Amino acid sequence: MGRRENLRRKEGASPSEANLRDRYHGWLQHHRLSAADSLLRVLDNLGPSLLTWLVIGIALALPVGLNVSLDNVNDLSAGWDSPAQISVFLQEGISADRGNQLEIELGAREDIAQTQFVSREEALAEFSTLSGFADVLASLQKNPLPNLILITPTDNLQGSSVSALRESIQGMPDVAEAVLDMEWLQRLNRIMELSRRLVMAIGLMLVAGVLLILGNTIRLAIENRRDEIVIVKLVGGSNAFVRRPFLYTGLWYGVGGGGLAALLVSLSLWYLEEPVGNLVLLYGSGFQLRGLGVMGALNLITLGGLLGLGGAWLAVTRHIASIEPR
Amino acid sequence: MITFDRVSKRYEEGHDALREVSVSIDRDELVFLTGHSGAGKSTMLRLIMLMDRPSRGQVTVDGQNLATVRPRGVPQHRRNIGVVFQNHQLLFDRTVFDNVALPLIIAGYDHREVGRRVRAALDKVGLLNRERAMPLTLSGGEQQRVGIARAVVGKPKILLADEPTGNLDPILSAEIMNLFEAFNQVGVTVLIASHDLILISRLQHRIITLQQGRLVTGSAP
Ligand SMILES: Nc1ncnc2c1ncn2[C@@H]1O[C@H](COP(=O)(O)OP(=O)(O)OP(=O)(O)O)[C@@H](O)[C@H]1O
Ligand SMILES: [Mg+2]
Repeated sequence: MGRRENLRRKEGASPSEANLRDRYHGWLQHHRLSAADSLLRVLDNLGPSLLTWLVIGIALALPVGLNVSLDNVNDLSAGWDSPAQISVFLQEGISADRGNQLEIELGAREDIAQTQFVSREEALAEFSTLSGFADVLASLQKNPLPNLILITPTDNLQGSSVSALRESIQGMPDVAEAVLDMEWLQRLNRIMELSRRLVMAIGLMLVAGVLLILGNTIRLAIENRRDEIVIVKLVGGSNAFVRRPFLYTGLWYGVGGGGLAALLVSLSLWYLEEPVGNLVLLYGSGFQLRGLGVMGALNLITLGGLLGLGGAWLAVTRHIASIEPR
Repeated sequence: MITFDRVSKRYEEGHDALREVSVSIDRDELVFLTGHSGAGKSTMLRLIMLMDRPSRGQVTVDGQNLATVRPRGVPQHRRNIGVVFQNHQLLFDRTVFDNVALPLIIAGYDHREVGRRVRAALDKVGLLNRERAMPLTLSGGEQQRVGIARAVVGKPKILLADEPTGNLDPILSAEIMNLFEAFNQVGVTVLIASHDLILISRLQHRIITLQQGRLVTGSAP
């Protein structure tokens, strides 16, 4: 090191500070050179590169897309959290009169805000218009539906007291079953939680897959340029110097894959937008499909870039040190 | 500048490529290294380049005992030595300019400086007008000269050449040797491994002869 610097100083008469600056510029320059050269190589082999991008893009789009869908379901169900409702199905053979009386009794309770008696005939009529099975239902000899009382607990009632209320009603002699309508929501939440974990697991596996794919792609690139690496090392190139272009290659593959993933997710959401809109309209809700957003897309591209660097790093540390001039 | 002190090299298969070789080459010398095929010429050059380590003995280059150079220090060591190989070792997908520029890029020179030095080196080997050419469009002699330009572009103190005239005709070979002499004249220590006894005995320089890994003549100037 020192000697070469002495030589250079004699020529340019530059102080060592300027020399260091020169070196820093040279180093920056090689980064720029490697980045550009790697990008050109990736673009020169557009076919295989596109394939790599697609593989990475799909592998990243899958978990991210699922996650965005879960976010949307979450948004949608948040509007349904309250108020809870208890459906009280009466025993078979309980008359409508007795049902009406029961409704009044229940309505008098402190912890109940509202009650509504739905007779089995009303229920059948509503069901046949809503379900579109009118013909089938008309052909039935006997109405299969029980009498029903819908109960809305008072607003300030906590979740556990709502359950207690349900239990006390369930215990009444004329009641066949009291169903807390929150239950399906809780179930949904539990399913959502499970789904998130599943998506997480799938995502981790796919990320590992992406790392391996990138590692392998870079390994092949290294093999292809073996002779070149030998020559570079022979004339004094360090491992870091040899690594640089391959790390950039990994970065470009990753960034391209991440960008493609963002595109794929956006495309699928766009494809879902209309049917979801129609569905939401049916429920009269103001729900709007949430997309990836600019930040989401940028994060995805960053993630891709990091994975690209990571995969390249795996390949580069394992393979470049072992290539030595013989 | 280069000292071998009782250096032996035994390859894994138990073959002794060098046996107790002791020789010293001075700063301003141009020395030929000769001997039959398999005598150990390339092995000596490889030890100087730290492409291999001796089994026994000590190699000193420019005052540094090579045994003390760790793997991390090997690239820096190689940057102080220019090498020319018989099989050129050029990058065939890069232009002549880019090939010659490689050691400078590695050393981190500014691109204007790179351009200046590469042209100076190409000028010395008479290939200034071919800087944009691809190596495959050049003749064997021209490719060899590109290799020499690359070896000297970083102004190394030592120049090593392994069969630099291997498959060149006598006139071209003589030209290449003249080039090496010119570099030696400006203070570069030059060590050339060559079979070409007729050519090298015509030039007035020390000749080291190896025979089955042993040094038989030329141990001292
Ligand atoms: N990597 C290696 N592994 C095992 N043996 C080797 C290796 N490299 C060289 N040798 C052996 O060491 C001996 C010396 O080889 P070297 O390449 O130094 O000879 P040389 O004088 O350069 O010959 P040539 O003129 O043919 O190039 C030879 O017998 C060779 O077979
Ligand atoms: Mg040889």
